[in-house]
Amino acid sequence: MIASKSNGIRFLFGITALLCFQLLGEVVVRLLNLPLPGPVAGLIFLLVALTIIGKSKSSAKTAMQDTLQQSSSTLLNHLSLLFVPAGVGVMVHFDKLREEWLPITIALIVGALITLAATAISMKLMMRWMRVKDTE
Amino acid sequence: MPQTDLQTLWVYLSTSPLTGLTITLVAYLIAYVIHNKTNTHPLTNTVLISVILLISILQLSGTEYKTYFEGAQFIHFLLGPATVALAVPLYQQFDKVKQLLIPIFVAMIIGIGAGTTAVVLTAKALHADLAIQLSLAVRSVTAPVAMGISEKIGGIPSLTAVLAVVTGILGAVIGTHFLSAIGCTNDAVKGVAIGNTSHGIGTARAFSLSSTMGAFAGLAMALAAILNALLLPWIVKLLT
Repeated sequence: MIASKSNGIRFLFGITALLCFQLLGEVVVRLLNLPLPGPVAGLIFLLVALTIIGKSKSSAKTAMQDTLQQSSSTLLNHLSLLFVPAGVGVMVHFDKLREEWLPITIALIVGALITLAATAISMKLMMRWMRVKDTE
Repeated sequence: MPQTDLQTLWVYLSTSPLTGLTITLVAYLIAYVIHNKTNTHPLTNTVLISVILLISILQLSGTEYKTYFEGAQFIHFLLGPATVALAVPLYQQFDKVKQLLIPIFVAMIIGIGAGTTAVVLTAKALHADLAIQLSLAVRSVTAPVAMGISEKIGGIPSLTAVLAVVTGILGAVIGTHFLSAIGCTNDAVKGVAIGNTSHGIGTARAFSLSSTMGAFAGLAMALAAILNALLLPWIVKLLT
């Protein structure tokens, strides 16, 4: 990753870096037979790399950080778009869903509310118990 | 002969990946404009509107999902690098995240345990198929990962992806209001709960509200993928 003045080439560097980390993740997961999805392993590797970059005193440090920051926010700002193709897949299951739409709908709503509530309440209690300062 | 020309054109349009890719982007941009015009109201969720628009177009033109996906896969593919990209906001919020790591871990495991139990037992009580119960168990994991877990535990991968997207939309639409209603105001707590419930779609919504909430939702989404992969086979064995 070399710093460049041109934005276009910088974006290309950033995307390539993300793909390299994903590839690294996929390879490691397959080699070690981990129960992790490849992109999640890639995320962990990039996090480690960012920590190392953050501690280094290299002159290219800010350029590398900016490059990754730019390509990451480009992808994440429109994260919703990336779920659309999988969402359209609902049409393949219309028949099955027509038969069992009621149990599925109720289960999904109950599941979402309970996951939200159980996670939020237990995190609040844990924070109070461990006396972690409220970040707000 | 104009009739045959039109037919050839139609055959080209309905089979070319270019069409699937283009209509996905156009549908999303329309949804995005509507979402902004309604002051980012959660009910005008961009995924929800895009999916409704696209299914209407495909149904009206008699196009199969498989044909559509040949074009749309180029967008679907970006889910991988986008997951990796979550490391950046996570790193920027790392100091805040660090002191909350244990509460986050414990809360997420309790949330996954309680949520999965609720969803599977509800479906069971209402006589849903076993395969549907198992697919429902993986609803809170980001779609590409959910499909892999579903296959391992005996669910239907493509149905799982759909259920994951629906849960994602559901949590994005009701999440913040519901959490405020039960007395949670902290952005970190909200983010973790939404990420643990509604993975990437919830994270996208959280990012649009605050970068702190987004970073915590992203962390929860990544952790949920790992924890669900490890825990679900055991939880499901106990429940079914």
